[in-house]
Amino acid sequence: MNLLTELREGLSISWSAIRANKLRSALTTLGIVIGIVTVTLMGTAISGLNSSFMTSVSSIGADVLFVDRRSWFTKSAQEWIQGQKRPIITLAIAEGLARQLTLASAVAPVADTEADVNYQKRRASSVSIVGTTENYITTMGLTVAAGRFLSAGECNGGRPVCVLGSVAATNLFLEASPLGQKILIDQHPFEVVGVLEKLGGFAGDGGLDSQIMIPIPQYTKNLERNPNYEIQVKVSHLEQIEDAADELRLVMRRLRQLPPGKPDDFAINQQDQFLELFHQLAGTIGMVGIFITGLSLFVGGIGIMNIMFVSVAERTREIGVRKAIGAKRRTILLQFLIEAASICLLGGLIALAIAWPATLLLNKIMPAALSPTIVGIALLVSLVTGVVSGFLPAWRAARMNPVDALRNE
Amino acid sequence: MGTETVHALREVSLEIQKGEYVAIMGPSGSGKSTLMNLLGCLDTPSGGSYELNGIRVSQMNDNQLAEIRNREIGFIFQTFNLLPRSDALRNVELPLIYAGVSPAQRRKTALETLASVGLADRVHHKPNELSGGQRQRVAVARALVNRPSILLADEPTGNLDSKTGTEIMGLFENLSNNGNTIIVVTHEEAIARQSRRIIRIRDGLIASDERIR
Ligand SMILES: Nc1ncnc2c1ncn2[C@@H]1O[C@H](COP(=O)(O)OP(=O)(O)OP(=O)(O)O)[C@@H](O)[C@H]1O
Ligand SMILES: [Mg+2]
Repeated sequence: MNLLTELREGLSISWSAIRANKLRSALTTLGIVIGIVTVTLMGTAISGLNSSFMTSVSSIGADVLFVDRRSWFTKSAQEWIQGQKRPIITLAIAEGLARQLTLASAVAPVADTEADVNYQKRRASSVSIVGTTENYITTMGLTVAAGRFLSAGECNGGRPVCVLGSVAATNLFLEASPLGQKILIDQHPFEVVGVLEKLGGFAGDGGLDSQIMIPIPQYTKNLERNPNYEIQVKVSHLEQIEDAADELRLVMRRLRQLPPGKPDDFAINQQDQFLELFHQLAGTIGMVGIFITGLSLFVGGIGIMNIMFVSVAERTREIGVRKAIGAKRRTILLQFLIEAASICLLGGLIALAIAWPATLLLNKIMPAALSPTIVGIALLVSLVTGVVSGFLPAWRAARMNPVDALRNE
Repeated sequence: MGTETVHALREVSLEIQKGEYVAIMGPSGSGKSTLMNLLGCLDTPSGGSYELNGIRVSQMNDNQLAEIRNREIGFIFQTFNLLPRSDALRNVELPLIYAGVSPAQRRKTALETLASVGLADRVHHKPNELSGGQRQRVAVARALVNRPSILLADEPTGNLDSKTGTEIMGLFENLSNNGNTIIVVTHEEAIARQSRRIIRIRDGLIASDERIR
């Protein structure tokens, strides 16, 4: 008998065995269902968190350095206050950087504030308004969905124009096209020249999608006279990011006229600081997740093993008959392994049927997606649980002596 | 726990030819079933040897024995030993499944064999939907379906009333006339009388071996 027929026979035998003991099978399956639901939800949550974070981070780019007054990761309140006392970063510094940096491909000064925005009768309050230059689209890795981005001319003191983030556009214009329309930012009129592609994820939902970008001259004229800028520096080659950061630091010190020995009064921030922190966090969540899922799967597996021992004991006579008729050890072993695996796979499928709507619900709170990989892993884990916990009982069945098995009452 | 070695059979020397119809008789505990288990390759002797169709079986391992049982032996038990959740057809197909016969072929063979024992109209009945006599017919069909060299029946009428018992024995008579080798264990003199040769066992020894008819 070849393996394929054995598998098919094993499947049909185990199916009828499962059906013959519906309640028992259901209760046994429950343990696995709980285990696999935990696996799936945990995996979904972690991968959802991971992917949305990664896409946001990579959409901004690992090749961008951020010059700020203080580090993104201040470790104490004191440090924070000290940072606050540092001189602000001015436009002059940004211009100096743009002139002197050799390893940078784009430099964009960025200032931001909040303002109320009106379009006809519609009104949005506390919208994030970003004053920047034409380079912002490069440093942030943004894409224009309609119209165009701010031009160099506009950023050197042209007309009052603006570019909308996708969410800002729909908030003000609903379905209508904003291009060429006039909106009021803090009561000053601006013409919309472009709308950006939706980013989504952490970055988009976190603000990039709902902001409005205007040229710096308009920003300083209408909103904030002397803002503190963040300067975004995109390096030409990612491999040179360390050198570029060193160069940036030297040029910054020169522009700030810091004598040797005096500490920096600015900070150079980088995405991978974020990444590092995030990976630490994700690692911890992952470990806890694996432990919890492992535990619940272990309990489920014990249940399967237990019930398979019962099943083997109950069917001792059947095993005897099958052996008398010509079933080999392998056939009997496979039959019970398949039975255990089937129960677990069934549990896995039920678990996925439960986890799927649960993920949709979860998605309302945090990014979560039931990816094919997770589905595959869940099914694989249930299969392996079945085979592992079914092995001992199946082995016992396979090794039974037919004479003793037949004599069993 | 006592670990006293029981020698269920001793100094049994026996030769059975192709096509013979043999009855084995003896009091309870005399070793009849033990002998059947050896003849049926369910067990191997702790000493001595057994040849089946010229093949030395006594030294074979588990899997080789399973193959021999599947090919050469048809078992009929006192308690029928059908698989309770499978219908008659599937029970009869079982030896063919283990022999690796294709689904279409084994279905055909199983149906023919069921018809030959008079159960053509009961193929989709489960054992609990069949009478004792019908169950034993299914068991006979299952034993026959692989065209084995020997049919072994351990008290095949033990759980049947005398009328159905007679019917089953009639079936055996036909099989024997068609050239099958049959070995039947029985308590009943009348049933043993239907065979051609009676071997009597007492305390694990052959007490007598006579040809009748
Ligand atoms: N597994 C075993 N362990 C120990 N003793 C055994 C075992 N199997 C059989 N025996 C002993 O071997 C002897 C023969 O048993 P066997 O079953 O062959 O008798 P039998 O002739 O078939 O009896 P019955 O007519 O009651 O079926 C008995 O004394 C029995 O107790
Ligand atoms: Mg007996």
